[in-house]
Amino acid sequence: MGDVIFEWACKGAGLFVLVLLGAIIVELFIAGLPAFRAFGLAFITSADWDPVQEVFGAGVSIYGTLVTSILAILLAVPLAFGVAFFLTELAPPWMRRPVGTAVELLAAVPSIIYGMWGFFIIAPAFGTYIQPTIIDTVGELPVIGALFQGPPFGTGLFTAAFILAIMILPFIAATMRDVFEQVPPVYKESAYGLGATTWEVMKGVVLPYTRISVVGGVMLGLGRALGETMAVTFVIGNANRISSSLFGPGNTIASLVALEFGESEIGSLKLASLLALGFILFVLSFIVLAISRWLLRSRLKA
Amino acid sequence: MSQTSEVTKPAGTTGFGGLQARSGAALNTVVRVAIRNLDFFYGDNRALKAINLDLPDRQVTGMIGPSGCGKSTLLRVLNRMYSLYPGQRAEGEVMMDGRNVIAPDMDLNELRAKVGMVFQKPTPFPMTIRENIAFGVRLHERLPKNRMDERIEWALTRAAIWGEVKDRLDTSAMGLSGGQQQRLCIARTIAVRPEVILFDEPTSALDPISTLKIEELIDELKRDFTIAIVTHNMQQAARCADQVAFFYLGELVEVAPAAQLFTAPREKRTQEYITGRFG
Amino acid sequence: MSATTIAPGPVKDAAVALALGRRRRRTDRMVRALCLGATLLGLAFLASILLTLTWRGFEAMSLRVFTMVTAPPGSEGGLLNAIVGSLIQALMGTAIGTPIGMLVGTYLAEYARGSKLGNAVRFVSDILLSAPSILIGLFVYQLMVLPFGGFSGWAGVAALAIIVIPIVVRTTEDMLQLIPNTLREAVIGLGAPKWRMIVLVCWRAAMSGIITGVLLAVARVAGETAPLLFTSLGNNAWSTDLSKPMSSLPVTIYSFAGSPFEDWIALAWAGALLITLGVLGLNILARSLLRSRI
Repeated sequence: MGDVIFEWACKGAGLFVLVLLGAIIVELFIAGLPAFRAFGLAFITSADWDPVQEVFGAGVSIYGTLVTSILAILLAVPLAFGVAFFLTELAPPWMRRPVGTAVELLAAVPSIIYGMWGFFIIAPAFGTYIQPTIIDTVGELPVIGALFQGPPFGTGLFTAAFILAIMILPFIAATMRDVFEQVPPVYKESAYGLGATTWEVMKGVVLPYTRISVVGGVMLGLGRALGETMAVTFVIGNANRISSSLFGPGNTIASLVALEFGESEIGSLKLASLLALGFILFVLSFIVLAISRWLLRSRLKA
Repeated sequence: MSQTSEVTKPAGTTGFGGLQARSGAALNTVVRVAIRNLDFFYGDNRALKAINLDLPDRQVTGMIGPSGCGKSTLLRVLNRMYSLYPGQRAEGEVMMDGRNVIAPDMDLNELRAKVGMVFQKPTPFPMTIRENIAFGVRLHERLPKNRMDERIEWALTRAAIWGEVKDRLDTSAMGLSGGQQQRLCIARTIAVRPEVILFDEPTSALDPISTLKIEELIDELKRDFTIAIVTHNMQQAARCADQVAFFYLGELVEVAPAAQLFTAPREKRTQEYITGRFG
Repeated sequence: MSATTIAPGPVKDAAVALALGRRRRRTDRMVRALCLGATLLGLAFLASILLTLTWRGFEAMSLRVFTMVTAPPGSEGGLLNAIVGSLIQALMGTAIGTPIGMLVGTYLAEYARGSKLGNAVRFVSDILLSAPSILIGLFVYQLMVLPFGGFSGWAGVAALAIIVIPIVVRTTEDMLQLIPNTLREAVIGLGAPKWRMIVLVCWRAAMSGIITGVLLAVARVAGETAPLLFTSLGNNAWSTDLSKPMSSLPVTIYSFAGSPFEDWIALAWAGALLITLGVLGLNILARSLLRSRI
């Protein structure tokens, strides 16, 4: 009797989690439905966001979300690989735990703290030193120079991506470290035995062994970056237009929702549009996180 | 070639426990590796004690002894594999080509190109058969494509696996059987053209038929390479080795031509071990 | 076959090998240096954050931070209501989310190994673990704030509880899976029903691991801002009534840091220091707890 009750309590809790995720999707979709009805599929691509005319589109914030997240991945992955390689193969044993813990603490720092740090420390430093330098050098180049134009505000898409990169760095590094450590030592010894250097062992054996999980870890980082809210809200510059330069201001889905939600009236088309944005963000994150988990499943089994 | 045909049996080679040892012909006097007064430490634990041993050029030295006796440790000294792990160190001399292998200034990449190693478990890398062989070669030589192809064919032929894989060189090495994988690993090792090959219980994970193939292969390879093989299996040592070294508790108890060690050991401990009284 | 004529042994082109070896070692050294650099950079970010917080936070720290409630700019104020509101919501959220998470984790580890439903639950829980927390805020807004006539502490608690659940699920399942089956069989062999085996033996054996997970969950939700923006909203007055809007440290920091007022920004730094010390302290505590057991 006790057994039946307990098993059903456990199973019921499991079903509750399933229902919870379903409810989140359905609620967001229903709440955003007025916006989808009013603007149709064009809502996703339209770059308009005009509360006065009551015309709303997700284009700018989807663009901002993708640009900042992908740029963050490009910045974070090499760093995360360096950290993971250092922690698994290069660092002396006494150093591994404290350094590993410090990197993990980077993941524990709340988003809002990254926001303040980014806004008060990083953005001014970028605006004063880094961006003018880049604008004067890379900005002069043909084609890619266009990405690095405009006044050095300090805030903007690039700064947001930079902060995001630091925030997702520990997640990617931790996944990489875990999978690197799972490569059986005898395979590494085999490569060393042929005369390979540490880097050649990493490149030739460890990475090929772990590449699927490594991509899974990168996708996990991407999933985190897509929905990151507070840090981005502080430094993105809050502009509802697409600027051709990475130094220009913008918005992500999450930052737009956080910034505009308080100024939306209940039942308004604007609120519905924000919730529709939430639905789109959920779908995006769900896809990326599901892929990540699928890629990491072999690791989970082991 | 058949193993038994090569063994010429002088009188009394049927040793203890019915072991059939190979010919008692004199060992090659050219020494490829000379180990002198070698001590090895795992932290404070002295795992090898004052080892003196010569590896004769292009002959097979078998290393036997109970688990934990230090035979695998000795193997890992010869290519400095222990240097990967902090807290492990060796003292003494391991002379090869006029240099002390365990000296701190030894170039490990160069050393390991000269001293190849085959492990207990087959360790194919997650890439194609061709890439597996080319991996090691590329570390030390720059070969044009046709020379590389020649080298790959040569290595796979010497490892007696060419016929089985020549039509699938560009498929994953993970798809081979265990015995094939181990021969691939041998091919990968000889493709680098080492002088010495270390075998660390190379057949303990294999079935009897694959084991036989590897043993025949080792016999074939000693034409060109100096070989050291650690084995748990005394029959294997008797079949493959020209000289056999018996280790016990970190000491080299006895080293002698195979026939002699298995038929007329000098030491009591050797005799007890090969007759199965411990180990 | 012509290939077999390649002589083995030391006939390699020594000059080529030497040059190649030098280049390979240089590449290796360069990569090592870059990796060390990447690690130092990561540590430098952490140090910069902590130093900034310490410097700005201590500058603004005073007793009134802990004794006075938030006040309009220009008048004396502290963060008392925000600190208390954060504690209430984080602890209530954890208190509600933990039992649910433990039951789910137990289901996954003890009842659903390999089952389809179990895999689905594990998948969904992992998605929730990394899903954007702002969406959980929006969801609770739709579910609780709109129908029940306004922002409330309860809505904040619900949003945080949803964030707690998957964290506790993960650690519970992981910890239970570490328990050897022989222990389970021994208890069942004594004639104990399965549920008593789980509650009295498995949970107890996994306890310190689960506590670690709960501490990490508290640390995580204590710093959450986005889900509270649309649920408990914030409250500049003293209030412990969960049915009314409730203040919290992260939301207060958000609104103060974004303001143009010097004294509010200073208070935001003080709050940021407090919350970071709390969150990192909990993290270190949780880690040392787990380590001392293993």
